[in-house]
Amino acid sequence: MAAVQGGVVDGKEEVSIKAEPQSDGTGTGDAADGTPPSASPGSGAAAGGGKAAAGAPEDQQTLLAVLQFLSRNKLSESAEILRREAGLPEDALEPKGTETSGSGPGGAGDVDGGDPASLLSRVTVCPAAAPALAKAGDDQPDVSVVLSAYSQQGDPALYQVYYRDLKKFIEMVLDCHRAELSQVFYPLFVHMYLELVYNNHENEAKAFFEKFSGDQECYYEDDLRVLSGLTKKEHMRGNETLLDFRTSKFVLRISRDSYQLLKRHLQERQNNQIWSIIQEHLYIDIFDGMPRSKSQIDAMSGSLAGEAKREANKAKVYYGLLKEPEIELPLDDEDEEAENEEGKPKKKKPKKDSMGSKSKKQDPNAPSQNRIPLPELKDSDKLDKIMYMKEATKRIRLGADNLPSICFYSFLNAYQGLTAVDFTDDSSLIAGGFADSTVRVWSVTPKKLRKVKSAADLNLIDKESDDVLERIMDEKTASESKILCGHSGPVYGISFSPDRNYLLSSAEDGTVRLWSLQTFTCLVAYKGHNYPVWDTQFSPFGYYFVSGGHDRVARLWATDHYQPLRMFAGHLADVTCTCFHPNSNYVVTGSSDRTIRLWDVLTGNCVRIFTGHKGPIHALAFSPNGKFLASGATDGRVLLWDIGHGLMVGELKGHTDTVYSLRFSRDGEILASGSMDNTVRLWDAMKAFDDLETDDFTAATGHIHLQDNSQELLLGTYMTKSTPVIHLHFTRRNLLLAAGAYNP
Amino acid sequence: MAEERRQKQCSVVLPTESMKAMAESVGVGQLQEESCIALSEEVSYRIKEIAQDALKFMHHGKRRKLTTSDIDNALKLKNVEPLYGFQSQEFIPFRFASGGGRELHFYEEKEVDLSDIINTPLPRVPLDVSLKAHWLSIEGVQPSIPENPPPATKEQQKTESTEPLKVVKPGQEEEGTIQGKGQGASAPDGKGKEKGLIRLKPRSTHELSVEQQLYYKEITEACVGSCEAKRAEALQSIATDPGLYQMLPRFSTFISEGVRVNVVQNNLALLIYLMRMVKALMDNPTLYLEKYLHELIPAVVTCIVSKQLCLRPDVDNHWALRDFAARLMAQSCKTFSTTTNNIQSRITKTFTKSWLDDKTQWTTRYGCIAGLAELGPDVIKTLILPRLTVEGARIKAVMEGSVVSNIDKIGAEHVQSLLLKHCASVIAKIRPQPDNVEQYRADYGYLGPMLCSHVVKARTQAALQAQQVNRTTLTITQPRPTLSVSQSGLSGSGGPRTPSIIKVPSSLTLMSPRPGTPSQPSPPATKYIVMGTSAGAASTQQVITLSSSQSASPVTCTVPSATSTLQPLVKLESGSGPGITTSRPLQKYIVVSLPSSASSSLEPKSSVLSTSISSTPLETGMKLERSESPGASTQSPH
Repeated sequence: MAAVQGGVVDGKEEVSIKAEPQSDGTGTGDAADGTPPSASPGSGAAAGGGKAAAGAPEDQQTLLAVLQFLSRNKLSESAEILRREAGLPEDALEPKGTETSGSGPGGAGDVDGGDPASLLSRVTVCPAAAPALAKAGDDQPDVSVVLSAYSQQGDPALYQVYYRDLKKFIEMVLDCHRAELSQVFYPLFVHMYLELVYNNHENEAKAFFEKFSGDQECYYEDDLRVLSGLTKKEHMRGNETLLDFRTSKFVLRISRDSYQLLKRHLQERQNNQIWSIIQEHLYIDIFDGMPRSKSQIDAMSGSLAGEAKREANKAKVYYGLLKEPEIELPLDDEDEEAENEEGKPKKKKPKKDSMGSKSKKQDPNAPSQNRIPLPELKDSDKLDKIMYMKEATKRIRLGADNLPSICFYSFLNAYQGLTAVDFTDDSSLIAGGFADSTVRVWSVTPKKLRKVKSAADLNLIDKESDDVLERIMDEKTASESKILCGHSGPVYGISFSPDRNYLLSSAEDGTVRLWSLQTFTCLVAYKGHNYPVWDTQFSPFGYYFVSGGHDRVARLWATDHYQPLRMFAGHLADVTCTCFHPNSNYVVTGSSDRTIRLWDVLTGNCVRIFTGHKGPIHALAFSPNGKFLASGATDGRVLLWDIGHGLMVGELKGHTDTVYSLRFSRDGEILASGSMDNTVRLWDAMKAFDDLETDDFTAATGHIHLQDNSQELLLGTYMTKSTPVIHLHFTRRNLLLAAGAYNP
Repeated sequence: MAEERRQKQCSVVLPTESMKAMAESVGVGQLQEESCIALSEEVSYRIKEIAQDALKFMHHGKRRKLTTSDIDNALKLKNVEPLYGFQSQEFIPFRFASGGGRELHFYEEKEVDLSDIINTPLPRVPLDVSLKAHWLSIEGVQPSIPENPPPATKEQQKTESTEPLKVVKPGQEEEGTIQGKGQGASAPDGKGKEKGLIRLKPRSTHELSVEQQLYYKEITEACVGSCEAKRAEALQSIATDPGLYQMLPRFSTFISEGVRVNVVQNNLALLIYLMRMVKALMDNPTLYLEKYLHELIPAVVTCIVSKQLCLRPDVDNHWALRDFAARLMAQSCKTFSTTTNNIQSRITKTFTKSWLDDKTQWTTRYGCIAGLAELGPDVIKTLILPRLTVEGARIKAVMEGSVVSNIDKIGAEHVQSLLLKHCASVIAKIRPQPDNVEQYRADYGYLGPMLCSHVVKARTQAALQAQQVNRTTLTITQPRPTLSVSQSGLSGSGGPRTPSIIKVPSSLTLMSPRPGTPSQPSPPATKYIVMGTSAGAASTQQVITLSSSQSASPVTCTVPSATSTLQPLVKLESGSGPGITTSRPLQKYIVVSLPSSASSSLEPKSSVLSTSISSTPLETGMKLERSESPGASTQSPH
């Protein structure tokens, strides 16, 4: 702590700040402990400093410093004007501002000693400078090294005293700060408990746990259960939850005032134990402005590693849609002609309202057309697109007064074995994954499923004939359903390719398999996940697909590569569900660590982290315009997110069990959710997004008031007869299809 | 609460005894206590870990039930060989064994001969997975087809009645109405209006679809008709069909009016039928009956304590009806009594009060005691046992007195056997073993000696078959309560009409045990009309003829159909209005007369009950018009 108080000027000395409090600890742990964990922030800071120095010329540094000064003194308007004048990007202020105060001594003026502001900024500096990815990159550090961080000793009997003391203090502070400071309880509790366990104070640990576990928020119950089972040092090895806790800093967002209160208190009481935990294991993201209310905090907390840092959600996301290639349409219909000009037709993307002029030029939020290489359209794809456009003209406009019809596909005699369902985009095929390792495909149109003839028979075909595509099919194999065998464990994820030629399935056996729907055979088994693969999903343009599994990594594959193109690492627990952004440039993953991450396919970086769910996430869906994301979790809530701003914008309460399926209508007006509680619910998505006051988003504090309007947004609840709803799909004409297995 | 749970989680560790037992089973004797503790902690931790992983597999398998395959998969994750040969069973019959100071629960596994398995024919192949589509919703309205759940669950009915103020959503609203097709168009409009955030009480719909009207007609006809097979089917339907809740107000009115009329008419058979309907309604798990207790309970109570329930109280076995109704009452007390409505205590008070009254007749007395006795041993202990002496003296006076009517004597006998039956088992439980006749006489007076012998019998019986008798309902030997009335009057052999026979599967005597007045002329056959549906067409009245009908006093009760308007105005009209008669041919009107002598003493009480029991206000206004003219008179156009 002394080090923190001392005035430090240079960015490189950050390292020593980090190291010094640890050297307060026992000598033994120091050597092992000082190097690796602090290496990453240290190097990160150095890199960050370097970048700033290289990237920005001297005058820009000064500008930033001034900006920083202005913002610190709450002259936000002036800061805004200056920023605009200088032509700095909007996000220049935040991350770089902190860097400036770290590296540029002139910025703050008096750096030495007492100024709490500079102190605080320094607290935020080191982790802030370490980009999220650097942290993600060096994951799985040596276990013993990680654990040894706990080796520093305090009097085990005093832990309870410390904790109670802090608790008393927080209970006594002003109401407005109490909610914010209470966030500290949970991470402190966990780390103190782990320290006790690590140092073999088993009984003290148990007593500590029993005494204070009841105080923790109810949404941490699952983690507390894991923790409660852990009473021995030996258990700590190999316990992933615990490693997560240690390797990732728990992120708290606290207002400056509250933080100062806490700091002053800890300094007064010489409560070094707690202070060192806060320094080592917590990342406190300090913001200026009003402290947040309890409900605001509760809305965002609940994930395994606290809230997302604000910096993590600052990167620019190109959430706009790609321009559709122009397709020559048969000019038999005026409407279609008009649509064609607008370039509307698009897989999964319906036409937007009054976007005629906009769509001609590039959407400013859209990525460039060739940001990632996309497969070229084949003739059959073009035909399909024409079909799609024709259907789109017959689409029903949905709304609160015009609810969709729901057709429910019940799987009978599934004996609790149905694990995954998918529909093709044109709703002609249904595939089901089963616990008995099979995948079954049904045709729901009169057109039966046929295999291609064998090679010998194909030789006999007249290849010049017009109906060659028809001739290659073997009539004898026509049937309504086909079974695909190949997996050696329950199939958990299933996805049709957009062109309906392929089917992907992921299973417990750690493989993702690609099946041909022409021959109904397995083409490739993609091996890479060595553990169960929970979900897989094709890109809306085909070719690419993403998979995520128990190994906490989501992988991006291309169908013609047997090795993954990208590995998205960063989740602290299983990747439970995956979804492609409509423009295919981003992938979103939900995890058991109760966070949602958005990954850039091009760079592999994590560009958004959404926290707020209180249970593992099991359903994700993008709105058709690519702007919003809906997510559903075991807690039965559906949360809505604004991707551009990286904020939660809505909460839909109503389901009483895990939400397994989410889908927006083709025009994005209705959000349908299907759940284990045997209901399909329809929500007014238009209203949910319209009511947003987008001005709030620009506020630097980055938190908004969520209104509790679930009941107003709920348009309908439809009970099934003891059939959990595990998949939903809007047809091109906006008929809602639902599927689930009947469990008598 | 959460805190307690967590503390528990923290402390759950396998007992060291288990470790020892397991060690012994693999041939390691003499495991040290310390090793046991260390082992059990380690094992508990690992088991928790595996359970957590298994849970993941359950979630991804989209199931609510953890299966053994989940555990296998979790073990595979940890690179542990899964346990082979375990399959999920619905019920795992753990056996319990103790001995040597140890208690063990184990799973009994028989040794299986492989050749047996090989030689047994293969089981039938399970049905293959198939796909079936149905409409869950059509433009926001859920059609009522078998594939969809019944329109409103019990919880919904409950919230509907207890929280009437809420904004209606389509889906919920439409779930309330079965005839979805017609409403599809109007639903969105209705919603649009409600957008103004006006919190309106949802319009309660009392319209029944044509199908429902037909169903109602069929069911009520069958329930009170003469065909026993049909009645059984109808009752079965009432007891099991989901989605009857819309007809519930009609059923409830039907029953209460039916009882009202037939008590006056002393028509035992119909009363029994109606009570069986009550029973069936109560058996239906999808109905939220609380809303209609104010109608049903008075009807039931009437059947328990009414002074006269049949035309010839000395011959007909109205006692069985009283018993049956008393059991119904006890059952409804058990299911519906809450701290707010206090049904049980109010019922108890009602019974006690009229029992304590000296002027109460034996029939009512019997009913009161039966009603109390069915409420359970506690009630018997506190309310009946202390009064045994007094009651014994009263019975003695009747039995040994010289000038008493036959009816009183029968009544007294029944009360006596009832008291003996119920009290014996209770006394057997609370009294210490030696059963001394003199002691009993001192304690219980006249009934003492008989009680003593019954108690002795009860004790021996209890020793023999501890768990045979379940006396809460009439269901004794059969799964369904049967209280059937067979009518032989129709055979019409010209001889004296056989009294209504009530068949009860238990050993209760069905005919009145005494052939007291065999030469009594059979009463004139009566015609009863019990029902009228308020369903659109006015031709749904029905005549029930109980015996070969000639006339005398045909009684009709009509519920004039309000022609599908919303208020089911139930009227019992005095039928002299010719205007109505002409307007609706084929109708009969009843004049319900409530002569002061015939109305049971409980009548006022039950009406008090009815007003106060209804915790939720009746949505349907109901009006009763009674003509007070003594002597029912009707005219019927046929």
